[in-house]
Amino acid sequence: MTRRTRMAGIARRTVWQAVPTVFAIVVLNFFLLKLMPGDAADVLAGEAGSATVETLAALRAKFGLDQPLLHQLGSYLSHLAHFNLGYSPRYDAPVMQLILARLPNTLILMSSALAFAVVAGVVFGAIMAHWAGKWPDRVLSVLALLLYSTPGFWIGLLAIILFSVRLGWLPSGGDVTVGANLHGVAYAADVAKHALLPAATLATFFVAIYARLTRAAMLEVQRQDFVRTAHAKGLHPLRVSVRHVLRNALMPLTTMVGIHFGTLLGGAAVTETVFSWPGLGRLALDAVMARDFSVLLGVLLLSSMLVIIANLGIDLLQAWLDPRIT
Amino acid sequence: MASDSSELVTAEAPAGSAWRRQLAGAVFGARRTDVASERATRGVWRGLLRNPSALVGIVLLSTLTAMALAAPHLFPGDPLDMVAPPFEWPGADPLYKLGTDSLGRDVAAGIAHGTRVSLLIGASAAGIGLLIGMLVGALGGFFGGVTDDLLARVTEVFQTVPSFLLVVVIVAIGKPSVTVIALAIGIASWPTVARIVRAEFRTLRQADFVLAARSQGFSNARIIFGEILPNALPPVIVTASVMIASAILIESSLSFLGMGDPNVVTWGGMIGAGRDSLRTAWYLTALPGAAIVVAVLALNLLGDGLNDALNPRLRERA
Repeated sequence: MTRRTRMAGIARRTVWQAVPTVFAIVVLNFFLLKLMPGDAADVLAGEAGSATVETLAALRAKFGLDQPLLHQLGSYLSHLAHFNLGYSPRYDAPVMQLILARLPNTLILMSSALAFAVVAGVVFGAIMAHWAGKWPDRVLSVLALLLYSTPGFWIGLLAIILFSVRLGWLPSGGDVTVGANLHGVAYAADVAKHALLPAATLATFFVAIYARLTRAAMLEVQRQDFVRTAHAKGLHPLRVSVRHVLRNALMPLTTMVGIHFGTLLGGAAVTETVFSWPGLGRLALDAVMARDFSVLLGVLLLSSMLVIIANLGIDLLQAWLDPRIT
Repeated sequence: MASDSSELVTAEAPAGSAWRRQLAGAVFGARRTDVASERATRGVWRGLLRNPSALVGIVLLSTLTAMALAAPHLFPGDPLDMVAPPFEWPGADPLYKLGTDSLGRDVAAGIAHGTRVSLLIGASAAGIGLLIGMLVGALGGFFGGVTDDLLARVTEVFQTVPSFLLVVVIVAIGKPSVTVIALAIGIASWPTVARIVRAEFRTLRQADFVLAARSQGFSNARIIFGEILPNALPPVIVTASVMIASAILIESSLSFLGMGDPNVVTWGGMIGAGRDSLRTAWYLTALPGAAIVVAVLALNLLGDGLNDALNPRLRERA
C-alpha cells in the first residue's frame, strides 16, 4: 500500500465517522445550553436597568427565543446546513463574523504556545534521557513537576508582575498597542511582543508533559535492537539519537500534541482573561455570562471540529512517520 | 503421583473475597510462600515508602489534610470577616502573620480554610469522575460490540467539548455552590478514566480467571465487579491522584474568574480578588498561589510514586 493510498483511506474514514459525531455534539450542546436559566432577553433587560413584559416578549420574538424548543433546534440545524451560525443578540452581529474576527488571535496564541512547548519539551526530554539518573535529569525532573503543578493563571500573573510592572520589558495585556496604528513588520512585531507572555504562560504546563513524555519514549526506544545495530554500524551518536531514536520517540508525542491542540480552545480561556487577549475563549466565557446561545454554540461547534481536524492531522502524520499504520 | 494429588487436595485457597485478596496483595504484598517470587510480590506501600519523592508527597499531603481539619480551631470565626486595616504586608502585624487583603480579611485564615474547600472539591470531583468513568469503561470493555460502540461514541462526544467550558456551562445551569462545582468537574473529567478502564477490561476479559468464574456460573455483574474490576485497579489508582490534582486546578481557575462559590474562601478566589491590586499588593497573588502549588505538587508526587510502585515493567527493570 503506498503512503498516499493509506493516508487517503484514513482521511475518508475519519470524515465518514465525524459527521454523526458533530451532529450529536450540536444536539447535546443545544440542550445543555437550553438548560441554563435565563436567556439573552433577560440579560439585555437587566443591563438596560429594567424592561416591561411587552419589551421582553418583543425581544424574545425578535431573536426567536419564544418558539418551541424542537422548533429552535430544527431552525438552528437548517441554518447550520447553509453554514450560517446564527445571529448574536448581545453583539448585534452575525456569529460567523464574530468568530472569524477572533479566530486568528486564538490561533496565533495556540500555535505559538504549542510550538514553544514542543521545542522546549523535546530539548529538555532529550537532555533528561541522555543523562538519565544523573543530576541534570533529577533537576529537570523536579523543574518539570513544578511547572506541571502550577496553575497557568498564577504563572501569568507573576510574569506580569515581573516583566511588566518591575522590569517594564513587555506589555501586560491586549494584542496590539492601543492607538499606535502600525502596519507591516512593525505591526507583526507589536503583536509578537504582546503574544510573548500569554504564549509562554500557556506553554509552561505543556513543556512539563512533553519533556517527561520524550524522556520516557527515548529511554524506551534506546533499549531496542535497531539502536544497538546503528551504534555497531559506527554511526555518530548524535545521528543515532536524532534520526533513529527521536523519530520513533515522536509517535506518542504527536498523539499528545494533537489532543492538546484540540482542547486548547477552552483551556486558553483563563490565560486570555488574565492577559486580556481577544480570543475565542474569552468570547465563550462572556457568552455564557450573557446567555448568548448562538455565540456559545458556534464556539463549541468550532472547538469540536478543531478536535476532529487535529485528530485527523495526527493520524495522517503518524501514518506518514510509521509505515506500519494503515 | 499419589503424593502430588494429595498436595493438591490439602492445599487451601486463601480465604476472603477477590477484592480483599487483591487489595491486600497489592498494598501489602502477598504472603511470601515461594522464595523465588519474592521480588514480584512487593506491595505498593513498601514501594511508596522507598521512593523519596513519593514520601515528600505523602508528608505534604498529610500536612495539608491536618491543616484542613484543624483550620476551625487554629483560625476560629469566619475567614470572610474583616479583622484589620486593609493591605497590611506579611510580617507587619504580629497578629496576622500573612497580612490582610483589600477588605482587611486575614490571608492566613483564608489559606487555611481554603484548604478545606479545595481538598473537599478535589476529592469529591475525582470520586464522581471515577465512578462514572469506571462504570462506562467497565460496561463498554466487558460487553464489546454495540454497547462498546455506543459508549465509545458517548465518551468521544464528551471529550470533544472543551472541559473547562463544559464545567462553566454546568455551573451556570445550577447555582455556583461547592456541590455543583464538584459535580461539574466530575462530569467533565470522566472520559479519561473510562478509556483506561475500557482498555484494561478488554485485556482482562480474556484472562483465565474470568473463564473459571464463568464456568462456575457467576453472573455478569459478579464477574465485572467482583473479579475483573479489582484487577483493573492499578492504573485507576494512579489516575485518581492525578484527577484530584487537576480538579483542584480547575476549581481554582473557576474561582479566579469569579464563578466559584461566593460563600466560601478559596485559593483561586483570593487570587482573583487580589488581581485588582497586582502592582502594589502582589503578596495577595503569590501566597494563595503557592498554597495551590504545594497541594497539586504533593498529589502529583504521590501519583508518580504510585505509578512507579504499581507499574510492573518499571519494577522488572529496577
